[in-house]
Amino acid sequence: MIEVEHLVKKFGDFTAVNDLSFTVARGQVMGFLGPNGAGKSTTMKMITGFLRPSSGTARIMGMDICDHMLAAQRHFGYLPEGAPAWPDMTPRAFLQFITQIRGLDKAAARAAEARAIEMTELHGVLDQPIDTLSKGYRRRVGLAQAIVHDPDVLVMDEPTDGLDPNQKFQVRRAITDMARDKAIIISTHILEEVDAVCGAAMIIDRGQIVAEGTPSALAARSRYSGTVTLTLAHEQLPAAQNLLQNINHRSAELVTRGDESTLHIFAADGTEPGALLADMRAAIGAAGLAPRALALETGRLDDVFGALTGKARPAAAPFHATGMENDKGAAS
Amino acid sequence: MMRALTAITAREFAGYFTTPLAFVFIIVFLLANGLATFYLGAYFAMGQADLTSFFMFHPWLYLFFLPAISMRLWAEERRNGSIELLLTLPIPLTAVVIGKYLAALAFSALALALTFPIWLTVNYLGEPDNGVIFASYVGSLMLAGGYLAIGSCLSALTRNQVIAFVISVVVCFLFTVSGAPLVLELFDGWAPQALIETLAGFSLLTHFRAITGGVIDMRDVMFFATLIGVFLMATVIVVDMKKAEGA
Repeated sequence: MIEVEHLVKKFGDFTAVNDLSFTVARGQVMGFLGPNGAGKSTTMKMITGFLRPSSGTARIMGMDICDHMLAAQRHFGYLPEGAPAWPDMTPRAFLQFITQIRGLDKAAARAAEARAIEMTELHGVLDQPIDTLSKGYRRRVGLAQAIVHDPDVLVMDEPTDGLDPNQKFQVRRAITDMARDKAIIISTHILEEVDAVCGAAMIIDRGQIVAEGTPSALAARSRYSGTVTLTLAHEQLPAAQNLLQNINHRSAELVTRGDESTLHIFAADGTEPGALLADMRAAIGAAGLAPRALALETGRLDDVFGALTGKARPAAAPFHATGMENDKGAAS
Repeated sequence: MMRALTAITAREFAGYFTTPLAFVFIIVFLLANGLATFYLGAYFAMGQADLTSFFMFHPWLYLFFLPAISMRLWAEERRNGSIELLLTLPIPLTAVVIGKYLAALAFSALALALTFPIWLTVNYLGEPDNGVIFASYVGSLMLAGGYLAIGSCLSALTRNQVIAFVISVVVCFLFTVSGAPLVLELFDGWAPQALIETLAGFSLLTHFRAITGGVIDMRDVMFFATLIGVFLMATVIVVDMKKAEGA
């Protein structure tokens, strides 16, 4: 497991990581979220012993990275930012070098290499120099290197960066498969990835944790959490406006995208979102309106991310049920 | 530790040969050696069955050739990011520093060994003292070791190979000329003798010349060993300091 205690990193006057503490238990995948420059990579570099913390420390399987660096390093696999490797080596030679450094004996090394190659699907490129490989393959070579010795702890800085959607899916599945008996930290700026693989997530900004919890708990912090979302064609908007007049709600917001309009309807204070949804459904049925979608919003991670890291997107336009003209073409 | 060191050295050494650059380097080195020996050193005109005119140019040839080898040792790792991989693997930093250094030294030794035709030539033409030639080869390799250790340390300071090369040439030059008669004469007459001797004592040239004279004196060997040790230790310190700085 990974224990991070009051980790601080200062570069001159600039504090890149400011008193970060968290733990990741075996069987857990922790997603590290944050805008570029938030301190994600710096934190990983300190956990793995590449950077020395200004203060605080991290322990890998109980081994202090500052005091017992080599012992700690034996227990993890690390995919650094950008998946660096030696460009002149082939993936085969590269993996053999890593197993040799990691001290695996010959038979175990060959088996471990074969398993890592299998998991990252590198068969086709084993004997090509790494600098001739595509970005996706290079990333997978980096991944293979990180998992080849079947470590207890995995630290991966943007493991799916540069992969196509199929490869992303494969890597995520591989991470999920390995998660059972490992403690894993991944950093990402792809929010769907957190939903897909992480049991826990942490949003960091300017070197500090601004939110942590399960992805769904984090998403529930969205202001849209508990709203009813109604998606319909632009020309149906006036009908929706009429319909809302007769429904008990606090307010509504309009977002238009392409040929659709989406209404976020907030429940009136003291009423259940579920009741609002039922009211809406009944009213829509009565009016004979055929919306494209009607659902209860559980919250969206990107909203929370934007709100917490100070880069919130422009708010949706207020949508009034009565007496207002809605210029459906203007908003976007 | 040993296994990791071997792995590092083997990887690094093989790395020299993945590009044609290594072969170009060796060929140019051999050509430069030949030119220096036969034209500048007037090998034939000397009419002597020894390799003095061959070895006398080594300090000056090495001055430009060896920083070209050592410049990539650390600067390149830093530039392509692989240093992060290397330093997060469970190997002592000392083993990485020594392993990389040994690979550079082995490559230089190979280039030096490939000058063997000149040894064959001198044996064909006359009857040289092969003991002196052997001592000179040993001395030349120790000289190379000294330059490479200096270059290793300076390569760790930067991510730019050109800067590493230039600084290495300058520093190696200072460590060489401090024993050259031209420089020592500047101090002669006004500076205390002790200072002049110290200055000359720090020069790779002084110790190299002593060995190529045919005597492998323990003091000269100790000088090179100490110089190499100090600069490799300095390399460890520089790499370690960069971990705190985060550069």
